[in-house]
Amino acid sequence: MTAITDSGTTPRKATRPPSDSRQRVRKYTSDQVPLGSLLLRLLAGLVVLVVFLLPYLIMFFGSVKTKAEIRSVDPTYFPTEWHWDNYVTMWSTPETPLAQNLISTLVISLCATLLVLAVALPASYYTARFRFPGRLFFLFLVIVTQMVQPAVLTSGLFRQFIALGILDTWAAMILVNAAFNLSFAVWIMHSFFAGIPKEVDEAAQLDGAGTFAVLTKINLPLVWPGIVTAVVFTFVASWNEFAASLVLLTTAGNQPLSVALTKFVGQYETSWHYVFGVSVVAIVPVVILFMIIEKRLVGGLVAGSVK
Amino acid sequence: MKDLAKALPWIGPAVALIAAVVLFPVGLMFWNSTRDISQSGVDDGGVGLANFATVIGFQYFWPILGRTVVWVVVVVGCTLIGSLALAALLNKAFPGRRLVRMAVIVPWASSVVMTTLVVHYGLEPYFGIINSFLVDVGLISTPEGYGWTRHPGTAFAWAMAVAVFVSLPFTTYTILAGLQTVPGETVEAARIDGASGPRTYFSVVLPQLRGAISVAVLINIINVFNSLPILRVMTGSIPGYDADTVMTMIFKYMQNQRQIDLASALSVIAFLVVIVIVAVYVRVVRPLEEV
Repeated sequence: MTAITDSGTTPRKATRPPSDSRQRVRKYTSDQVPLGSLLLRLLAGLVVLVVFLLPYLIMFFGSVKTKAEIRSVDPTYFPTEWHWDNYVTMWSTPETPLAQNLISTLVISLCATLLVLAVALPASYYTARFRFPGRLFFLFLVIVTQMVQPAVLTSGLFRQFIALGILDTWAAMILVNAAFNLSFAVWIMHSFFAGIPKEVDEAAQLDGAGTFAVLTKINLPLVWPGIVTAVVFTFVASWNEFAASLVLLTTAGNQPLSVALTKFVGQYETSWHYVFGVSVVAIVPVVILFMIIEKRLVGGLVAGSVK
Repeated sequence: MKDLAKALPWIGPAVALIAAVVLFPVGLMFWNSTRDISQSGVDDGGVGLANFATVIGFQYFWPILGRTVVWVVVVVGCTLIGSLALAALLNKAFPGRRLVRMAVIVPWASSVVMTTLVVHYGLEPYFGIINSFLVDVGLISTPEGYGWTRHPGTAFAWAMAVAVFVSLPFTTYTILAGLQTVPGETVEAARIDGASGPRTYFSVVLPQLRGAISVAVLINIINVFNSLPILRVMTGSIPGYDADTVMTMIFKYMQNQRQIDLASALSVIAFLVVIVIVAVYVRVVRPLEEV
């Protein structure tokens, strides 16, 4: 765990003399870098930067073009006129009720995140702190859940939700997103709880605090980064979910943006500028959220197996 | 038993959620795969393994299965090679490294549907910006492109490229985490012994990355096998079954043909594949060893 959280050292530290007394794994970089190879790295870094941002730059530039420009036979790389008003008019396009789709995406993602937190927080605390029969089985179940994705179970979920009468409701997708992101949340918070020395708990208990008080007053402030990571990851994953929503939400207004936008493909005259405007609105916030938890993403996904 | 009773209020809700939304649908799916279910959803009784016979007997079943293997092997293979190179670069010190790392995260956070939509637009005949670019640099001669998105073969190839692109961030970050655990001493020792840069990488660093690579590859195999949105956007509007994988076929049974019994049978087959990969993961990676 420590090795992963230690990943963001800045290049400045690498040039410090090796007498740096802090104990940490020395990074696989040599301290003296010849100027030539430094320039080479810079160049390679620049190429990587451009390649990874390119689709999103095309998206952004496309979102402010007029429909005529984005569909012109000799396409322009940059917009000739910047039509910011697209970001207002796109919500009333006839293909799908985009404003409702945005609300659905928000409600489903927020509720799923709250549900995951309510369910995973106690479970991760207890499994990190106490031994009980079935503990390993529970953790095993959590790992298997992480690897089985909703896409492969949709046919079962479809019939189940018809029987329960919640097909085509937000509740259905809240449950699905919560269940399938539970494992990430349990793992990441488990590893944080496990990192707190047991003596901290015991000292508090000697002072007369109950299990619940120990959790909320003593542990929570210490595992805060783990909670933030779990919350952000669940929110972003629910925000982008596609396969289950495609089948379980049948009314246009109930569908999230990911499903709604596919309806533009194959239209006689696709309003690509609107597709991209909505995409920019949907992508920017989650990218910022992901950047916050950047250093801890791997820890939750690989269940502590990269040490 | 008393310990279990005490644990129940803490882990009970999590167990209930997994049981209701993961385990129960698995059971229901197995059950439905042996039933005859009408298009309107009425259960017309058991049919044994007839649904499996129908699914496997479908004339495009074996090509679809073969294509699924190609899809997984090519995407995971290319992703691994790309990620090894990317991680090696991002592990070295250079100005702006943090910015580049953040850029690599963007396709990971973004909706795969939306990323694929940009590529789909870029490949549209005449007004697609990728076609236009390829004409400008002289790689193709007409802005019509090759109707990339109209033909199953080319659309599938582009879908694989998109799949590699969106798989790179996770794999790169996992390998990067593995690189952080490679002790600098082993690398320096190799240097002092006079080993060249590439030699050091392949015989000292790479062997120590085995753990990180197996985790990344196995999780990637599952993700790519289960992937729906890329092919749905890129090849979904092409008639026929020449660009389908097992996963897109399940959704065709479910949505286009409304045959939930056949969809369940094919889902059961896909589920068994996933379980085999999970079993390999648990054996190779041993995630429960230190908890």
